[in-house]
Amino acid sequence: MSIPPFAAFLEEHRGPVYRFLVAAVGRDGADDCFQETFLSALRAYPRLRDASNLRSWVLTIANRKAIDHHRARARAIPVGAAVAEAGGRGAVSGPDGDPEVWWAVRALPPAQRAAVVHRYVLDLPYAEVARILGCSEEAARAAAYEGRRKLRTVLEGTR
Amino acid sequence: MNELFEMRSEDLDGPANRAAARFVERARGAGLIDVAYAFVPSPFGDLLVATSRRGLVRIDYPGPDPDRAIEELATELSPRVLESPGSLDPVRRELDEYFAGRRQAFDVPVDLSLVRGFTRRVLRATARIPFGELATYRDVATRAGSPAAVRAAGNALGSNPIPIVVPCHRVVRTGGGLGGYTGGLERKEFLLELEGVHHAARADPVP
Repeated sequence: MSIPPFAAFLEEHRGPVYRFLVAAVGRDGADDCFQETFLSALRAYPRLRDASNLRSWVLTIANRKAIDHHRARARAIPVGAAVAEAGGRGAVSGPDGDPEVWWAVRALPPAQRAAVVHRYVLDLPYAEVARILGCSEEAARAAAYEGRRKLRTVLEGTR
Repeated sequence: MNELFEMRSEDLDGPANRAAARFVERARGAGLIDVAYAFVPSPFGDLLVATSRRGLVRIDYPGPDPDRAIEELATELSPRVLESPGSLDPVRRELDEYFAGRRQAFDVPVDLSLVRGFTRRVLRATARIPFGELATYRDVATRAGSPAAVRAAGNALGSNPIPIVVPCHRVVRTGGGLGGYTGGLERKEFLLELEGVHHAARADPVP
């Protein structure tokens, strides 16, 4: 299977990547992470040998960019404080207009956050979630389960 | 928890498309595009025009399957192919001027790396035929170094990846017949008319 033109790759995957990033880092951060994701992909593209798992490949990159984004934010504003503030108000929306569930999602540990978004928002099978996260299918299942359980606890606590 | 599932169906096409457009601009600024293409309006409809790092590499008349041309560019040159109209601005300007009758020679660099050998030599010779003048298949075969290879010269012109700018429409038969044209004879006639060629150019009589 030969590597498709990058234009076709971009057209096919911009939707899922953008959706993942909005869920994982919020609307304000999604655009920057999107640029960084596809710039990294474009740099590496000519060295790709296998075109069979391009969606997993680009979502793996997007996941790394989302983690970088959270690390940078954690240095700027302590995430715990931001979530406590959003949750403590019992706010329906976070400061950037997103429903509070996204604040809770973003406060999850990286693997759980990614597993929850890939499984429940992008509707990917666990085998693909595992490939993106670089773990076993069992571990992906456990991370999504544990992430979802935590979300329920957090959200029920604030309502 | 329902919000998790609502995000599945939320319409994000608009923002995703805008993010993709900004990405293309950044890729261009970072010099990461190997082949840029765009659709350029012309009297024949939208031409698919592509440039490599070295120059104009391909022009396709409107066809049923532009994706196939783009795939060929990816296979033959580099998979780093993006639609980037800004990268084609100089070519678009020169084509506009040509079709408006305000330009006789193209200044944009041309990249003939999609063809090799005799074909490339024929097209180099063709590129030197001035605006509004004609050459025969025998002329270009001779200038390409093989005077006897008249038929091969015709084939070479038929595989010209950069019509209009590499003016294969200026090559006609020795007896004055129009010869062939991959884009269709009516386009050849249109281009010659645009250049003010009113010779005995006519479609060859059916034998």
